[in-house]
Amino acid sequence: MWIELKDIHKHYGSVKANNGITLTVKPGTIHGVLGENGAGKSTLMKILAGYIGKTSGKILLNGSVEDYHTPAQAAKLGIGMLYQEPLDFPPLTVLDNFMIGQTWGIKNQKNFFRKEFESLVDHFDFTLYADDAVKRLTVGERQQLEVLRLLALGIEVLILDEPTTGISREQKGTLFQALRKLASEGKSVILVSHKLQDSEALCDKVTVLREGVVTGSVDHPYDENTLLKMMFGVPPGTPSRSAVEYGETVLSMNGVSGSGGRTGLSDCTVSIEQGEMVGLAGLEGSGQGVFLRLAGGITQPSAGSIELLGEEMQGKSLHTFKKAGVVFLPTSRLEEGLMPGLNITEHFALQNHEDGFFVKWHEASETAQTKIKKFRVMGTPESTVESLSGGNQQRLLLSLLSKDSLLLLLEQPTRGLDVESANWVWQHLHKYCLRRTSVVFSSSDLEEILMVADRVLVFFDGRIVKDVRKNETNIDELTRAIVGRV
Amino acid sequence: MEIFIRYSRELVLTLIVVFAFTTLVLLLAGAPPLAAYYQIFKGSLGSWVKLGHVIRVWIPLTLCACGLLYTFRINLWNIGVEGQVMMGAVFTTFVLRFGMDGHMPFMYLCAAFIAGIAGGAIWALIAGYLKIKGGIHEIFAGLGLNFVAQAIILWLIFGPWKRPGIASMSGTELLPRELWLSYVSHIRLSPVGLTLVAIAIVVTALMLRYTKIGLYLRAIGSNLNAAHMFDLDPRVYMLVAMIFAGGFAGLAGSIQVTGVYHRLLPAISSNYGYLALLVVMLSNYNVWVSPAVAFFFACLNVGSIQLPMMLQLDSSLSGVIQGALVLAALAVHAWRMRSKRLEEQAYHE
Amino acid sequence: MNELHLTILFAGVIAGAAPILLATIGETITEKAGIINLSLDGSILLSAMTAFVVAYETGSLPMGFVCAALVGGLVAAIVAVFSVYLNQSQVAVGFVLTLMARDLAYFLGNPYTRIQGPYVSQHPIPFFHDIPFLGGIFFNHSFPVYFSLLLIGLCWWYMYRTPQGLKLRSVGENPRACFARGINPRGIQMLYAVCGGLFVGLAGATFSLCTKPGWGRPQGAEGTGWIVLALVIFGGWHPVRAAIGAYLFAFLQVIGIYFQGWLPSVPAQVFQVAPFPLMIFTLLLINFFQKESVLNWAEGKAWVKSALGAFSGVMPTALGRPYKPD
Repeated sequence: MWIELKDIHKHYGSVKANNGITLTVKPGTIHGVLGENGAGKSTLMKILAGYIGKTSGKILLNGSVEDYHTPAQAAKLGIGMLYQEPLDFPPLTVLDNFMIGQTWGIKNQKNFFRKEFESLVDHFDFTLYADDAVKRLTVGERQQLEVLRLLALGIEVLILDEPTTGISREQKGTLFQALRKLASEGKSVILVSHKLQDSEALCDKVTVLREGVVTGSVDHPYDENTLLKMMFGVPPGTPSRSAVEYGETVLSMNGVSGSGGRTGLSDCTVSIEQGEMVGLAGLEGSGQGVFLRLAGGITQPSAGSIELLGEEMQGKSLHTFKKAGVVFLPTSRLEEGLMPGLNITEHFALQNHEDGFFVKWHEASETAQTKIKKFRVMGTPESTVESLSGGNQQRLLLSLLSKDSLLLLLEQPTRGLDVESANWVWQHLHKYCLRRTSVVFSSSDLEEILMVADRVLVFFDGRIVKDVRKNETNIDELTRAIVGRV
Repeated sequence: MEIFIRYSRELVLTLIVVFAFTTLVLLLAGAPPLAAYYQIFKGSLGSWVKLGHVIRVWIPLTLCACGLLYTFRINLWNIGVEGQVMMGAVFTTFVLRFGMDGHMPFMYLCAAFIAGIAGGAIWALIAGYLKIKGGIHEIFAGLGLNFVAQAIILWLIFGPWKRPGIASMSGTELLPRELWLSYVSHIRLSPVGLTLVAIAIVVTALMLRYTKIGLYLRAIGSNLNAAHMFDLDPRVYMLVAMIFAGGFAGLAGSIQVTGVYHRLLPAISSNYGYLALLVVMLSNYNVWVSPAVAFFFACLNVGSIQLPMMLQLDSSLSGVIQGALVLAALAVHAWRMRSKRLEEQAYHE
Repeated sequence: MNELHLTILFAGVIAGAAPILLATIGETITEKAGIINLSLDGSILLSAMTAFVVAYETGSLPMGFVCAALVGGLVAAIVAVFSVYLNQSQVAVGFVLTLMARDLAYFLGNPYTRIQGPYVSQHPIPFFHDIPFLGGIFFNHSFPVYFSLLLIGLCWWYMYRTPQGLKLRSVGENPRACFARGINPRGIQMLYAVCGGLFVGLAGATFSLCTKPGWGRPQGAEGTGWIVLALVIFGGWHPVRAAIGAYLFAFLQVIGIYFQGWLPSVPAQVFQVAPFPLMIFTLLLINFFQKESVLNWAEGKAWVKSALGAFSGVMPTALGRPYKPD
């Protein structure tokens, strides 16, 4: 089936996730869509799959304009998508998951579907058993099941959103084999990924997105440098940082593994010194979040040891971590960091655990006013936190940090902030380093990391693949590491 | 001002809906609606004596409601409040039995009240621990404990604490006059009870608004997942809330024993625990509105006692009206939320 | 105890469990779709009253059952609508309804208390009920009891062997995924909430027209609704296991009466209230067996693992949180 996306726009208020994207996919080909986080790839594909609606633009299937609004309608037209988060039913069996959405009436159709399932499994050489419970399957196997199900629905176009994150090499091989087979049978495959290696190995053509627009479309074979340039643009000159003298080791992780997110964290060994500003680079979901939460005592490691100033910390309570001066700030501010329904003054009142039965509202209100001014939060002490914009919530979270901490762990600290505010944040954090606090932050903006950090840790697929001082590397090396090309 | 108008509009709408529903129910029962309403009104506010009855119901009801404000704040469904009232009454009676000969009544009464508070708090803590350590939802734990408390009372009344002679459903031996809460002439209004309620309301208002505990309860109730950001352990504060709720409920039990029935009987909690849950829900969890709603509910309770005698109707009508009020308020609230959301969506487009 | 006594004992258990069974299966269906109907206790009373009054006034027992079922369905529908369409807490609405339904039952049923009314008669199944021992236990009952026995199998077959049942289970697990597959989660949740309510209504009718005939204040069915809610958890949201729980409970109730006779020194209240601490204890056990530390300990021991598997029930993932479209 020929797919043509013509001038697709998707606006979320003032944010233009897709800003006039035109793209054509030929039948019988595997088409890659590359780009970094926030480039707009997932949004575009969700529009194509009917999961979200477009603001404007046209979608043509085999030459005729189609207007659909739900994934089920898209499936009827022949478009199916494999989402990053599996939309399946873990407690039910593989066969049940296969059948749901396809069955009618009251008669038991299990035998019919079992046959269909098993013939599809054979056709692609997968190893799936109809009576296993889906929750026991690995991510790769759940993907395979979903692919089979979509095919059974009769789709002509299969969209895969970051499919190779968190699956084994063997499963990747099986998946790729299946995708090639599909293409040879005349179906279209669209692969959304940030992993250059996968796109190079599999795709006949690649379209690169950056900041909501198409920056280029190339055919196989590919020149990596061209692709990288299209993905990340040209980096500006990197200013050097004033040298900070480092002290003793503050945080030391040895062989630490933990679960969380799609990739978890595997076998991480790293030390952070006093006064260091360390940037965690890598595409979102590559393990940075897991790392930060393990270091902050929010989650416990499944293996390995964590030491703070020489003391063993794994297994200890969150309170112990906090007492030691470790602070973690999450990305999802309203879900994990702030209390909806409470206003700014109340949040500052919450901070103050000093003796006293009564809340010193007057003090809290004054603190709130001072901090609002200092951090330039657009709100009043009486504003509830959910009424603040995302950027202002971030400023509030930063303002809640105490002046003396041992270790600050920040997840995407400047997300949603404009350039000016972001710069101010970095200056503020730099002062912490001068005061001998170590700062570890994750960011999906390499330029930002190179500008402010002394050291960079690159995460890929749940592991630290690169650990360098800023002045010992360059942006090309880092972008390669991010996409797995160390 | 605009908010006031909106609230009044919603209040009127709620009342109209409930009024219509209740009238329908009455007609279904073959009863004259207007006569029923009149009897309820007269039965509660028709004389000073009746008003005294209303206040005697209002006191324990409001106490329970005050306690529940703590648990609701931290998102706990303390359905066990009924059992907490009962155990407060049991502990109170236990202490008073030592002073049955009438000497040092003031000391015994004070000790009894403290025991009542302790009894309710302990009962609540059991439910709290079952939740925290045992993973049992507070609704089930509370309910189970309610039934256990009821059984304990029945056992005591028919067993160790039975009246000399024949044990009966009318409870334990009557307390000597010295151990009765003093009251004002024939209205039977107890100044001690009123004072305690007033203190409870003010203390609760202060606690929730001005103390750290109140703030922490609110914070944890708002976002359990962010509690760690402020170094708060939700489990600790859940227990704190339960202690407060149980303590207030226990105090209500004490007043029931010393000021209303002057003995322990099976129906000592008179359903006030469950009713207080409705009161707090209808008051939108506000400490100043709760006493007003409790007063209204108390009027309904006391007024409907007339119904069996005057109109051969069951007094459960009060429960029907009370439930309908809460449901209607929930529906109106939901409708408002819905229209607000649709409004916001349209604004953003 | 000779054979006759055993037969009577077990037959009594089957008959006594009938209303509890109906309500438990009804609530299992409702919760499997993701909705908690906390109003059970009041709902059972209201439908019991309705059944009795309608049967008394119309002289028709079937009418009584039908009207009771409708009442049960209506109450469940209210809970479902408030949750699915008005986005209110299921627990709050359910709790208010449990009190309100009970009070409504007492109020409207007032003129009918303690009067002799119609009740179902025994219908021994010819030939089958002559089978020694088993015949007396299973085939010497009234229609509602037979229906309760059939319902277990019917519910199991529907839930696990038909596509419609698969749809029901999928909505309770992941309504979002259902929406992506073209299933309407809200419609399904409403449907099965009401369906479960219908069975709860039948349970009430079985109380007032069969197991504990008549109406009064109290009726005797008070407290059953809460036990049913616990039985659904105990049954791991599976109709057959829930049924086992219901029969176990009825058995304990019957045995309790015998024990009371044997142990006159133990106060009667202990037996009456025993179900509730037992319920708490059972829930504690279930939670304990699901703890990670215990599961890890059981890793090496196969028989322990399968025993634990028998205990663990899988709560429908979306229980209590209805689907809100993005």
